[in-house]
Amino acid sequence: MLVKEQLKTEISADGAPRETFVINLGPQHPATHGVLRVKMTMDGEYIVRAEPVCGYIHRMQEKMGENRTYAQFLPNTSRIDYLSAMTYTHGFVGAVERAAKLQVPPRAEYIRVITSELNRISSHLVWWGAFLLDLGGFTPLLYAFDDREKILDLLEGITGSRLTYSYFRIGGLYNDVDDTFIKGTRAFVAQMRPRLKMYRSLVTDNIILRKRLIEIGPISKEMCRKYGATGPVIRGSGVPYDVRKVEPYSAYPEFDFVIPTFEEGDSMARYLVRMEEMAQSLRIIEQALDKLPAGPVMAEKVPRVLKLPAGDYCYAVEAARGRFAVRIVSDNKEIPYRIKLRTPSLSNLSLFEEASAGMLLPDALALMGSLDLVIPDIDR
Amino acid sequence: MASLSNAISALWPEPLRLVLFVVGIMSFVGANAAYLVWVERKGAARFQRRPGPTEVGWAGLLQPIADAAKLMSKQLIVPAGVDRTLFRVAPLLMMSPALMSLAVIPFGEHLAARNINVGLLMIFAFGSVNVMAIMLGGWSSRNKYAIISAARVVSQNVAYEIPMLLVVITMIMVTGTMNLNEIVQNQAGPFWKWYLFRLDLNLLAPITFLIFYTCMLAETNRAPFDMAEAESELVAGAYTEYSGMGFGVFFMAEYSNILLGCALATALFLGGWQSPFGHLLGNWQSTIGVLLGLFWFLVKMYFLIFSVVWIRWTFPRTQFYGLLNLSWKILIPVSLFTLILSSAMLKLFR
Repeated sequence: MLVKEQLKTEISADGAPRETFVINLGPQHPATHGVLRVKMTMDGEYIVRAEPVCGYIHRMQEKMGENRTYAQFLPNTSRIDYLSAMTYTHGFVGAVERAAKLQVPPRAEYIRVITSELNRISSHLVWWGAFLLDLGGFTPLLYAFDDREKILDLLEGITGSRLTYSYFRIGGLYNDVDDTFIKGTRAFVAQMRPRLKMYRSLVTDNIILRKRLIEIGPISKEMCRKYGATGPVIRGSGVPYDVRKVEPYSAYPEFDFVIPTFEEGDSMARYLVRMEEMAQSLRIIEQALDKLPAGPVMAEKVPRVLKLPAGDYCYAVEAARGRFAVRIVSDNKEIPYRIKLRTPSLSNLSLFEEASAGMLLPDALALMGSLDLVIPDIDR
Repeated sequence: MASLSNAISALWPEPLRLVLFVVGIMSFVGANAAYLVWVERKGAARFQRRPGPTEVGWAGLLQPIADAAKLMSKQLIVPAGVDRTLFRVAPLLMMSPALMSLAVIPFGEHLAARNINVGLLMIFAFGSVNVMAIMLGGWSSRNKYAIISAARVVSQNVAYEIPMLLVVITMIMVTGTMNLNEIVQNQAGPFWKWYLFRLDLNLLAPITFLIFYTCMLAETNRAPFDMAEAESELVAGAYTEYSGMGFGVFFMAEYSNILLGCALATALFLGGWQSPFGHLLGNWQSTIGVLLGLFWFLVKMYFLIFSVVWIRWTFPRTQFYGLLNLSWKILIPVSLFTLILSSAMLKLFR
């Protein structure tokens, strides 16, 4: 009794008439991890068209930016993508520092790298657990949160908070790191390596997982470029685009690390990119801890009330989900004329409609999970 | 010493004995369904390195009772536009076959409610009703997720019933009987007499067991084959619209079916109530022997149930077509091959 009246005959892309019905995936659905709604036109279990509907958690972050000073807007940046709050704050303070021509001391830059990479690992761990949850495996989530807990404890020690840090300040950092943090981070790096190995043997090499991911949800280089996809999505399609390498910022040029890239473009490639990135982040953290310079963590002469010279400034960072860029247009006032946030999740989501056409529902959800969407990051 | 069952039947007439067994089975199933949920939650917690339920009772042992009380006190919502009768009947339709099938499972030498000659046939006849219950539940809910789930359940259960029956036919040929009590008696002796290890009768006996076990997981819609209620895709699948005890009965039926499947696997392959050490520990005819038999049966059955829980919390869910491919491309050819092989072996060596 579904529902003869709900079936509609549509002409699909291949010219054949299909009897379709519409499923609303979300805004409350376990697979969308937030308030994303995807309007799916289905033919049985095949997706004819999947249309993401955004805006359920739109908070006008950009408009808020036009109404407050730079220092006042800073806490907002942590709340755009709450899972990689560090890198987002980095993008904003980077833009302001570039405009104000502030020289950030090297120790602060190093600590920014360390905390950003810790944050990247914790973000990838959440993705890993939630992705496996999408695929029906519940247990990895708890293991991932176990590791993430250690990162949060470390970051809580120096920043005072566990999710939205606001640790980076314009011109430097909120405070210096202590020995507990350095020792704890070294211990964490040593612990995390065997854990990654265990995840590989427990989960990555599992035949069911491989069958669900390999050759599922292929995304071509062209599609990535067309929609502006960045981060692990484009690197999983064989393009070694990483802001840390192509537009080096902060202290990143001083470290030796590889940008993991996979040619296949399927969900497995994106999975492997993120797993490999965690290992690379550990490498960066280790090097940064070894070379950590002494000195202050705050630039001298940061004005109490910041007025940026008139102009148009942009600063991009590699967040956990891809390129996050902040564009500030200033008209020489205390509050910016315009703040534009370029968030990776929105562009990564926009290719979903094209990539998911003709897929089965569970495969499309695996594809959506492999894009690693954070919904507040889409809506801003 | 007269056996327990003989003593009972000497004291009471047949109908009374039947009532006694039926009440026994129903309370056994009820207690099991409740406490398997506890085992599941506790087991899942241990696999995930967390304590699990601890608050209600010692080690959370009263948790299932609290859960049941909660479910019973909930309002039974019948959504607008559903087929009321079918919507109500579906959970019962799922629960009752499992209960009835347990009547022929021999828990001990004489511990079976009905010792009938077509016990195995009866279990599979009732087992097929199961799929209809989920299908009706999903179909009558008037919910798109539930309908997708119902369609999945039908194709999944049809696909897995075939290899399962082929395996069972192999076992019937090997044992020469469909009476479960006789099947267990044929496995008397030490553990290498169990059909799992009788390579002289069926060269691929362990593989036969694996096929049976896989099909059992698929038939009971357990992870990694839990297509019917794939919670990250279909919310709760066919059960989406059920609330309160409507859902509770589905839930109980799921565990009763696992119980039944594991009990059947124990009787068919693991020697049922036979001790793994043969007759060393006494005579099965005695009352103590019957209780000892019950002990061994439960040990084997709960081991299998534990492995079901273990698998669920270890593996991700399979793809739907991967699931069907596994059945049609691997399990059915292999089980057909075992059938032919063991019939040839029986002809040549017996």
